[in-house]
Amino acid sequence: MRFSGLRVLREGLSGNKGWTPHWRDPEPKAEYDAVIIGGGGHGLSTAYYLAKNHGMTNIAVLEKGYLGGGNVGRNTTIVRANYGLEGNSQFYSHSLKLWENLEQDLNYNAMMSQRGVLMLCHSDGQRDAFARRGNMMVSQGDDAELLSAERVRHLLPYLDFDNTRFPIYGGLLHRRGGTARHDAVAWGYARGADQHGVDLIQQCEVTGIDIENGVVKGVQTTRGAIRAKKVGVVVAGRSGQVAAMAGMRLPIESHVLQAFVTEGIKPVIDHVVSFGMGHFYISQSDKGGLVFGGDLDFYASYAQRGNMPMMEHVMEAGMTLMPMIGKAKVLRSWGGIMDMTPDGSPIIDKTETEGLFVNCGWCYGGFKAVPGSGDAFAHLMATGNRHEAAAKFRLDRFRTGVGLMDEEATGSQHNLH
Amino acid sequence: MLARPEATAGVEAWDDYLHLRENPAGVTEELWQHEAGCAAWLVVRRDTRTHEISEVTLAADVKRSMGVAS
Amino acid sequence: MRVAGKGLVDHGVRVRFRFDGVTYHGHAGDTVASALLANGVNLMGRSFKYHRPRGVLTAGSEEPNALITVGEGAQAEPNLRATQAEIYEGMVVRSQNAWPSLAFDVMAVNDLAAPFLGAGFYYKTFMWPKKFWEAIYEPVIRKAAGLGALSGQSNTDTYEKAFAFCDLLVIGAGPTGLMAALSAARSGLDVILADEDSLMGGRLNSETGAIGHQPGAVWAAQVVTELAAMENVRLMSRTTVTGAYDGGMYGALERVNQHTGQRTGGAPLECFWRISAKQSVLAAGAIERPVAFQNNDRPGIMMAGAVRSYLNRWGVSPGKRVAVFGNNDDAQQTARDLAKAGVHVVALIDSRVDAVVRGAEFPVITGAQVCNSGGRKALESITFQRASGQKDSLQVDCLAMSGGWNPTVNLTCHTGGRPTWREDIQAFVPTAGAVAGLRAAGACNGVFSTLGCLQDGVAAGKAAAKALGKKPADVDLPVAENAPYRMSPLWAVAGKGRAWLDFQNDVSVKDVKQAAVENFKSVEHMKRYTTQGMATDQGKNSNVAALAILADATGRGIPETGTTTFRPPYTPVSIAAMGAGSQGHGFAPERWTTSHQATVERGAPMIEAGLWYRPSYFPKAGESTWRESCDREVGYVRRAVGVCDVSTLGKIDIQGPDAAQLLDFVYTNMFSTLKVGRVRYGLMLREDGHVMDDGTCARLGAQHFVMTTTTAAAGNVMRHLEFVTQCLHPEWQVSFTSVTEQWAQFAIAGPKAREVLNGLLDAPIDGENWPFMACGDVRVGGVAGRLFRISFSGEHAYELAVPSRYGASLFDALIKAAEALGGGPYGMEALNVLRIEKGFITHAEIEGRATAFDIGMGRMISAKKDCVGKVMAAREGLVAEERPQLVGLKPVAVDAELSAGAFLFDRAADAVRVNHQGHVSSVGYSPELGHMIGLGFLRRGPARLGEIVRLVDHMRGIETEVEICNPVFVDAAGERVRG
Repeated sequence: MRFSGLRVLREGLSGNKGWTPHWRDPEPKAEYDAVIIGGGGHGLSTAYYLAKNHGMTNIAVLEKGYLGGGNVGRNTTIVRANYGLEGNSQFYSHSLKLWENLEQDLNYNAMMSQRGVLMLCHSDGQRDAFARRGNMMVSQGDDAELLSAERVRHLLPYLDFDNTRFPIYGGLLHRRGGTARHDAVAWGYARGADQHGVDLIQQCEVTGIDIENGVVKGVQTTRGAIRAKKVGVVVAGRSGQVAAMAGMRLPIESHVLQAFVTEGIKPVIDHVVSFGMGHFYISQSDKGGLVFGGDLDFYASYAQRGNMPMMEHVMEAGMTLMPMIGKAKVLRSWGGIMDMTPDGSPIIDKTETEGLFVNCGWCYGGFKAVPGSGDAFAHLMATGNRHEAAAKFRLDRFRTGVGLMDEEATGSQHNLH
Repeated sequence: MLARPEATAGVEAWDDYLHLRENPAGVTEELWQHEAGCAAWLVVRRDTRTHEISEVTLAADVKRSMGVAS
Repeated sequence: MRVAGKGLVDHGVRVRFRFDGVTYHGHAGDTVASALLANGVNLMGRSFKYHRPRGVLTAGSEEPNALITVGEGAQAEPNLRATQAEIYEGMVVRSQNAWPSLAFDVMAVNDLAAPFLGAGFYYKTFMWPKKFWEAIYEPVIRKAAGLGALSGQSNTDTYEKAFAFCDLLVIGAGPTGLMAALSAARSGLDVILADEDSLMGGRLNSETGAIGHQPGAVWAAQVVTELAAMENVRLMSRTTVTGAYDGGMYGALERVNQHTGQRTGGAPLECFWRISAKQSVLAAGAIERPVAFQNNDRPGIMMAGAVRSYLNRWGVSPGKRVAVFGNNDDAQQTARDLAKAGVHVVALIDSRVDAVVRGAEFPVITGAQVCNSGGRKALESITFQRASGQKDSLQVDCLAMSGGWNPTVNLTCHTGGRPTWREDIQAFVPTAGAVAGLRAAGACNGVFSTLGCLQDGVAAGKAAAKALGKKPADVDLPVAENAPYRMSPLWAVAGKGRAWLDFQNDVSVKDVKQAAVENFKSVEHMKRYTTQGMATDQGKNSNVAALAILADATGRGIPETGTTTFRPPYTPVSIAAMGAGSQGHGFAPERWTTSHQATVERGAPMIEAGLWYRPSYFPKAGESTWRESCDREVGYVRRAVGVCDVSTLGKIDIQGPDAAQLLDFVYTNMFSTLKVGRVRYGLMLREDGHVMDDGTCARLGAQHFVMTTTTAAAGNVMRHLEFVTQCLHPEWQVSFTSVTEQWAQFAIAGPKAREVLNGLLDAPIDGENWPFMACGDVRVGGVAGRLFRISFSGEHAYELAVPSRYGASLFDALIKAAEALGGGPYGMEALNVLRIEKGFITHAEIEGRATAFDIGMGRMISAKKDCVGKVMAAREGLVAEERPQLVGLKPVAVDAELSAGAFLFDRAADAVRVNHQGHVSSVGYSPELGHMIGLGFLRRGPARLGEIVRLVDHMRGIETEVEICNPVFVDAAGERVRG
């Protein structure tokens, strides 16, 4: 079924009785050309591009829970290509271009909204660092503008410019950045993959990876054994456990990151605003909730929840930056499992096991990467060659020190990025 | 964690020490520092699924009990 | 409509308030909802999506419909629940989400278009043409966002945060909570009893049942009085426990002053509590659930328990002709109470064929279901269908409905627990042990009789006492109602039309069924696709019914279908409360040097350096730009003498037999060979081989060093030293402590530096006894100080340290002496120029990604010893020739501008990423050279001296050619520093 305004009208007039499932619920087959472990945003987009770009339709996505139930359904929905380092720069640039055509490609409204991402700076040194970042973005072909304090004031008059702990010196504006409806991204890719014949299998937990003589043969699951010529592991915070099934240790620690949403209020914040000195970022959803978050809680966790000290810190940052949000009320808080790497940048690579591929280490920035990651991982799985835009996301870079991408410049401690 | 490789141990051992992780969903041992207080580094035995802490030891004591200074 | 002789409000005190511009009167003790109902106002809000007219549904914090804005200007507070907001004299209340008025809302047109706006419709449309989404569709959708509005003004109210500690936290002060608190307090526990209501007693204040031969509300007041008199009990009313966290920590919001409207007297509007409790009892009660039927959302239709609350607690009947519709025995009580109070009960309609109703003074219709309502903005009639299929209508202006009760399990799920389904009460109850140290008791644990709650409360209080090693005290149980809770599930009445589940978000039974058809069968998928349970009540009223319908539609049982996740906060909490104290300058500590006052008095603009404040420059009369001041100050140092407060640098005092060994380990270069009375520059790596920090370290004695760090890295270095000495080498005998705040330290730099010092020191110094890199004790005006001959400017320079209490006077003396010699104070701008002229690095260069190799210090990593970072610094990627390395940059055109953050390219290359050759890290105007200079990193830089490259800064529109040069621009031979 093709979605359109006309279809909505026609169904509305006929009692909305004609809608059909957005995806099937197939039984797992005994064998696939490839299986993807993990039905989150990255896994679903990988399946979609494997089918669409590489004609691999005899494939399955295995999800232990429900589709899109991990970080793709629990994030602050920010999309941007404002990275400062070689490697990340070209990748997120590529991903943003895919975002810009996503709805038409998927025939699913993911509500990509390029409302602009503004990062605030609070010292001359930070302004220089932002200039460097902006120069990287522009030389990569993306957009960036370095704003003076006056221009920031014009754009965001509600910030506290006159009595705040860290005065605002200016900001880096990335107009093509913005937000998208997170769940719809997962569902759109799921529906797209399903329409290409991909089997999306929910409630199917992988319990083992079959390897013979260094070659992957398939997986064991709670719904039986499945043979596969290629296996892609795309399980974010659970990467450590799944890699262990293949006898691997990964450079990943799983940490908790909290985020918050307020009750719906009439629109007051038009942009995505990030306040580096306070580890705080915020936007307002189309439904009216202020969506915001901060830094990691800093301890390893699979609990998908955090604690009060970081929650309070986030609120405090909000109050010093934009005290007009004080009477907005936090409706819900949540925590996700972040697959943190030693340099804060991701991994899309082959492994020493033939036919086994990993896609992980998205830290707390995986949402905006969903299209690019799927495209690059599909390319790697289908062709055996690294995608040009993701060629730097090598697994061995920590051992060799070649091409480290430490955006936060905090060094090889997983939870400091 | 407390077993820093020898300078001669080779880059694989160092890669393992600095970067690679078991990353268990369950009981694990990790280093915490009482940063806002006495500055003590602690070995904390903790469940990453529930956040339950089952044991806390001074890191210095653990290191001493390992016997070998590295 | 007030009912004579009913209610706990103070009938003697009239309170005036305004709602949408109209003045009304209520009584002290009224909420906005009860007062409006008393005035015959039923219409209180509009729903989110379809703007359907809505009245009040509940009498508690779970209210989905009657959301209001209270106050004006910056004090305006959106999205308060009319059911919770207490009225006060002069209170200004406005309705929300309606334009131009609540009664006539243009956006209600959405309701007519509802067939096209069903679950998830927006995922299927608004995609063509592509450009229209951001240009037209989204702006329209966004305009409709939200319910209330923020004022847009900065917060002007006072909020606080506080900690509290107790043996036992009792959450909820109904019969269960009161008994739990009483038994625990009598057992000697320190107890906090928190309740979200203004009046403790919970449902007892809404019921007519007796406890111990007196009204329940009177009994509750007596227990509260007894508890209030106990020293070991703290009563916290108007306090909602909002979240359960690790280690017995609970978040709680106290509404301290919201109910008075007062902004004076120093009390905060709200206080956010962090409560540390060794044990806790959850006695949060239960929430009644609606029944879904066509048009079950019309103003006048409300929960049966809420109707009792309005009648018994507030003395208000929500209608003149009331019908009651339920599937359980509890609903009968509403009919009885109304009839007894003289309100006309038109009928009690019980869906159960076998319902037994004793002593009814009203018509009883069993085996029937209400299937529709009539009226426009207020209920006028209901239609019900009998078991026979026959339909009848009744003229009513209020319908009290009850689909049974859901225990308030929320807090038991905040740390990851899942609730357990109980078939007998058709509801989820807490899973025991879900939150460590927490016991659920009473109605929130599925115990629904009053006596049962009292018993459960006593048991929970005693159990807490026992768990904490106290002997549980006995508490006598009073006589109370002990009727069984009989019910038969009824989630939705079959029929056409829209039957509402989530009232605020306008989610209907059809929406849930459509989600299932479209394969959004997981309860999480259904929630996200339909927005069921995502409104401000977070599904407190509707989630269980919605998942029951989903279970039915997907052929699964309710427990198999499961719930969505309960997450904090239990009810919404203002950002201002949780972020209290940070507005303005409270977000981070502020650190001032001892020269701060004098510096500010000199008119120096202060800038943030980490948590410190430092002077940017010291303006003088006649100077109109910072550059003029900066150039002058650079001149002081190059030609006379300048003084700068450098106390912000980290200072760590290190002592012990193994002090030198520690330094050898944390610095790349050797310190054990440093002579006493000498200073050495040191480079520190992280274990991953990148530069962590640099600074000097002075040896004051054989076993005594003073390390300096950069201002920015002081904390990191301290933590690092603690790590090394505790985790890697606890066997080393070495102690250290930060003395940053204990010593005020000043740089005295320039050709006349020694002259300044010799005017102040008790014993003069000379080049012989204080050569470059010497250090030692000195006396200044009789005060013991330390002198270091080190330089960050390349000039003959010293740093003089004295105990902080002498800092201010020393600074004054130094400035006077310097000024007498044609010098004076200098700030960060001049300091930066001076160090760039010498090619000295700061964190602009060692920004966390640089290696020793990159900054030309590869050889500082001693081959003779191990040190932190040594092995990893040797990785191939960290010493690759292709890496950008430190160079100096000078413009080809003498007046050209350079900028930090620009990229470098080969002369003929396009300014695109693939052609990057490096970047500019620091720039400044060198008065000495008469043009701008810079430091930067260039691929194979040291091999390219003399080469011309292209500098491009897209951000500032700068493009110019620069020559690669040695990064030391001034006194390359380094003679001045030794002079």
